[in-house]
Amino acid sequence: MNYIVDILLIAISAALVNNFVLYYFVGICPFIGVSRRVDMAFGMGCAVTFVISIAAILSWSITVFVLAPGALVTKWAAGFFVSAQEAAQIDLTILCYLVYIFAIASAVQFVEMYVRKFFPPLYKSFGVFLPLITTNCAILFACLTIMSKVVGVDNPADAWDLGRSLTLAVFGGVGFTIAIVIMAGIREELDLCDIPKPFKGPAITMIVAGILAMAFMGFTGVDSGLKNALTPPAQEDVQK
Amino acid sequence: MAEQPTASERFIQGILPENPVYRQVLGLCPTLAVTNGMKPAMTMAGAVLFVLVCSNIITSLIRGLLKPHLRIIVFTLTIATFVTIADRFLAAFMYDMSKALGPYIPLIIVNCIIICRCEVCASKQGVFTAASDAVGQSLGYALALSSIAIVREVLGTGMIFGYRVLPEAWPDWSIMILPPGAFLTLGLLMGTVNWFSERK
Repeated sequence: MNYIVDILLIAISAALVNNFVLYYFVGICPFIGVSRRVDMAFGMGCAVTFVISIAAILSWSITVFVLAPGALVTKWAAGFFVSAQEAAQIDLTILCYLVYIFAIASAVQFVEMYVRKFFPPLYKSFGVFLPLITTNCAILFACLTIMSKVVGVDNPADAWDLGRSLTLAVFGGVGFTIAIVIMAGIREELDLCDIPKPFKGPAITMIVAGILAMAFMGFTGVDSGLKNALTPPAQEDVQK
Repeated sequence: MAEQPTASERFIQGILPENPVYRQVLGLCPTLAVTNGMKPAMTMAGAVLFVLVCSNIITSLIRGLLKPHLRIIVFTLTIATFVTIADRFLAAFMYDMSKALGPYIPLIIVNCIIICRCEVCASKQGVFTAASDAVGQSLGYALALSSIAIVREVLGTGMIFGYRVLPEAWPDWSIMILPPGAFLTLGLLMGTVNWFSERK
């Protein structure tokens, strides 16, 4: 029960309350660049959600099995060179940026090849966006958030498992899709408006995004409210 | 092949005519996220300066070895190395600032400005030109960051660098230091810059 509540809270907080685009400002480049038409925006959103889930699985596995102190693979590999005790202390988290970006870039390449070969219609609809996604901050941001939840926690029992990490990634992607589709809808209407010339293009998009962000601020507190509503009162007393 | 601009031209272009934020509309994620105060904005600009100069120099040195289909990944890995150095440096000497900037320092890796400069300039021209281009672009970036940060910090808290400039009676517009303020400020400043450059 507690686990399901946890998953639900992570999902709502990633998709609405702390929306990737409007709260953390990650993924702004495609948000401005590809939000001209609703169908393209939706394609981009789906592509990002897809890649972000794969990247989350990859980065979670890499963090847990290779990078974290005392990780399984590293311990085994280092066991050939140093004593077992030293091998258990090896901490490779300093390499995380290099490893993540490499994992993301290669994942994107493989996904692109795979989709092109086996799902040509799907490739036609969002294949063009795939190479762009490598440099989308949202993906790396999701990986880093997952890493901080896996490695940075004091109590090993609090470390996120694969389910929680995947939830964060998928709903972060959903939040991105929601934001970019709303934006594209507004921009389609904006084309018909008489905007002062200096504000055409990125400037007016930014101002609209600001108003959207204000609207999304309305979700603030939804997650903590839900938490109080869903957690059984008996457990709350124990925590207090 | 078209004539490539010289080192001094590259330097000048980066500051205003091809300002990374206002003109090329690149690297907006950190621009919006760290400009709630002058201090984080300047730290960010410093980190970008370091990473951009180093990766431009390295890219320029290895430009003869680059294969077209692998170049983006080489750029990204070079940048990631220097970002790791910058991140560790900040964590060691400016711990509070490193905490405050959080994930936005590692996000420099996927900042489009740096990849774009590696692609446009450093992979085609010599070391000196690449370095001066990097410095010019970083100065332009710092200029853009500080212009946004000044507006947001003054209106949001009445202070610059933590020193009060507006009277105590100023009702802090806390919306300006929250996420919506970032979008609004950047949008309005971008429009203003366009307006001024069109009038000339």
